[in-house]
Amino acid sequence: MLWNTILLALREIKRNVMRSVLTILGIVIGVGAVITMVTIGGGATVQVREQIASMGSNLLMVSPGKRLGPGQSSNTVLFKLNDGEAILRDVSSIAAVAPVSSQSIKAVFGNQNWSTQVTGSDNQYLKVTNRSIRTGRQFSDSELRAGAAVCIVGETVLKKLFGGQESLGGNIRLEKLSCQVIGILEAKGQNTMGMDQDDIVVIPLRTYQRRISGNQDVALIQVSVQEGASTDKAQRDIRLLMRERRHLSPSDDDNFNVMDMKEIAKMLTGTTQLLTALLSAVAAVSLLVGGIGIMNIMLVSVTERTREIGIRLAIGALESEVLMQFLVEAVVLSSFGGLIGIVLALTSSVWLANMLRVPFVFNTGIVVIAFLFSAAVGVIFGYFPALKAARLDPIEALRYE
Amino acid sequence: MIAFSQTDNQSLIELQGVTKVYGTGQAAMHALRGIDLNIDEGEFVAVMGPSGSGKSTCMNILGCLDTPTAGAYKFKGIEVGKLTRNQRTRLRRFYLGFVFQGYNLLNRTSALENVELPLIYRGVPAGVRRARALQALKTVGLKGWESHTPGELSGGQEQRVAIARAIVTEPAVLFADEPTGNLDTARSREIMDLLTGLNCDRGITIVMVTHEPDMATYAKRIVRFLDGLVEKDERNGRAT
Repeated sequence: MLWNTILLALREIKRNVMRSVLTILGIVIGVGAVITMVTIGGGATVQVREQIASMGSNLLMVSPGKRLGPGQSSNTVLFKLNDGEAILRDVSSIAAVAPVSSQSIKAVFGNQNWSTQVTGSDNQYLKVTNRSIRTGRQFSDSELRAGAAVCIVGETVLKKLFGGQESLGGNIRLEKLSCQVIGILEAKGQNTMGMDQDDIVVIPLRTYQRRISGNQDVALIQVSVQEGASTDKAQRDIRLLMRERRHLSPSDDDNFNVMDMKEIAKMLTGTTQLLTALLSAVAAVSLLVGGIGIMNIMLVSVTERTREIGIRLAIGALESEVLMQFLVEAVVLSSFGGLIGIVLALTSSVWLANMLRVPFVFNTGIVVIAFLFSAAVGVIFGYFPALKAARLDPIEALRYE
Repeated sequence: MIAFSQTDNQSLIELQGVTKVYGTGQAAMHALRGIDLNIDEGEFVAVMGPSGSGKSTCMNILGCLDTPTAGAYKFKGIEVGKLTRNQRTRLRRFYLGFVFQGYNLLNRTSALENVELPLIYRGVPAGVRRARALQALKTVGLKGWESHTPGELSGGQEQRVAIARAIVTEPAVLFADEPTGNLDTARSREIMDLLTGLNCDRGITIVMVTHEPDMATYAKRIVRFLDGLVEKDERNGRAT
């Protein structure tokens, strides 16, 4: 009986192709928009996650002061080089430790100058931040020990100072320090915060301390935890180690901060996901509007087919059977709309993902949900017209002109 | 289902003091003012009368589409007025056939599908349904016209499809409302011959509303309505 009813509904839809298409347009657009939003949003989330992973997976930042960012108290005790060494030595499952100090300095080459971030560190810095050398080489041990005047530059600096030409062996001036370019970093682009990661000059930490900062301090220690090891545990261990090294009594607060990149990642993906949810909610409204469109057409259809309903009721169709017929028709219509919407959404999200350069991530869940929702819209908005049809008086309906 | 309590001496259809009032109070319209009418199995009854005489109202009640305001209508001993809407629908589905005024076929639907319709509601399997519908169309002389839609058929053919739809279920009673109303004389005679045949050969009880005295002569009995009452009830031309 149900199969018959579905066939009947299909036949009825086929009879009014144009009207049916217009009816389901709202559903098509609604389903299409929701799926597209969720798919693109999902892609963006994956992209953010990938970018953060590329910043250095399992990265921990150990910074002085109680809190990262502005408002650090002036009596902050800075790190020394041996703090980093201690972390590498005493904390288990650490892959690399990079002591980092940096400041913004105007770099000069010939008659070109460019303000850039000069970072004093060692070869571990590249490992911790997941970067590689495109051309040239890393620092040698003797250069690091001696504090030699050598540097590794990023793509942006190369472009601004040398006009993009290969410039190994060239000398750039950083304040009073003139240093030779020995390597060029693989380009990495902007990070998720919109900062250009290629606007950088790396020099040996010792060179930085002696020639630029003039002290033995280390501003930041970047730590990467071994793949598969728990960053939480490393975070805890580093905290305990630093408290011990700084002779903090149990009642003292930390005067340093160990931050997990995953926390930052969570925050950023959270923002993307919230945005996706908001856009999808807006799109879902059009699904509702589509449902009202279906109700409208079903009501017209009931009026138009009053005689037919009268015949069916007189001949022996139960109220429930007429109700079912119109309900199935509405559901078939809206499900059809849902299917077309899904196809449309997949096509447009592949295209959009390509345009926005985010990965296309197929989300089975939202496709299934959107389809079920479109069917549900048919049930909800088809019910009232169907009820109206079923309640008709056969005598009146047969007489209807 | 409905339990029938018909006994041998009971008529198939019994109307006892049936009245039908539309509206209330001052605006009340008395369509039927107390009808007593018995119809036995195998009868061919023509119902005549001017418009507004109550014959259509009476047909609606007989066809279980409507219920009387007062009085009793017993079909096979069952008091129809006491049944629910769905029970009356089932009664129509299994025992009654209708040839509506102005054909009332489903538009843009083939003759075959139109005839299959009542069988669908009876839950007859597709194969059997098709065979029976083809057979019914053959009976009314429309073999070869099965796939035509009402728009592609002449008035007479449409009426025959309507009859085929009414008889495909082999109903106990066939109600026909002016089955020859829109047809020329030759076509009308064809239809009347067909109905007479169904009445004689299949033993289907027929109740037919008509305006044309010529057509009424095909019936074995003529009931005349006037102002909501049975004015005359004649058998074979003789008044009873």
